[in-house]
Amino acid sequence: MAKPTTDKSTKAAEPEYPLTTMAVVAPLVGWLIPGAGHILLKRYGRGILLLVSVVAMFLIGLGMQGRIYKPNGGDLLDILGFIGDVGSGALYFLARILDWGNVMAANAAADYGKTFLIVAGLLNFIAAADAHHIALGKKP
Amino acid sequence: MTINLSHFSAAVVFALFASIVFGITQRNSTMEQVRYGLYCFALFVGGVFLAGWLMALIRR
Repeated sequence: MAKPTTDKSTKAAEPEYPLTTMAVVAPLVGWLIPGAGHILLKRYGRGILLLVSVVAMFLIGLGMQGRIYKPNGGDLLDILGFIGDVGSGALYFLARILDWGNVMAANAAADYGKTFLIVAGLLNFIAAADAHHIALGKKP
Repeated sequence: MTINLSHFSAAVVFALFASIVFGITQRNSTMEQVRYGLYCFALFVGGVFLAGWLMALIRR
């Protein structure tokens, strides 16, 4: 039988990087509008570069007739594609509202376009995580 | 609007934007970010050439 603990110092230790409101808001804003999390944290240069990179990849993907995945794809790969696509935040919702990327083109360029769309979203997830780290103070 | 990119140009454009994001997010100081971005870009494009030559050799 385990002995009851007698240690009185079981109080949760103070976290090294306490969670602030900005550490929650910045990644959310950054996800919704690529680069906006960094801009909110006054990292203007980084924010603009992230915005340009993610938006350009997304638009090039659409221009190459890439397909936008829907949430109810059914197939596991479709669900993973949706998770990648939704990383682009507002761009994804705008594309769904305006019915962009609703194509079934079966050529190599369309396949590259689909990859561009997914990777744009995944890169935006990384950017949002970076905004979170900056807001926490883990990164300058 | 339709964009027509060859396999190679699509790979270079992909490498450019992915390298920018990797550089910014994976390093701290500006100089480190530029260096890491260039390193990633070189690896991406080098990988394209390497894979291209490998496939060309296999095809022969």
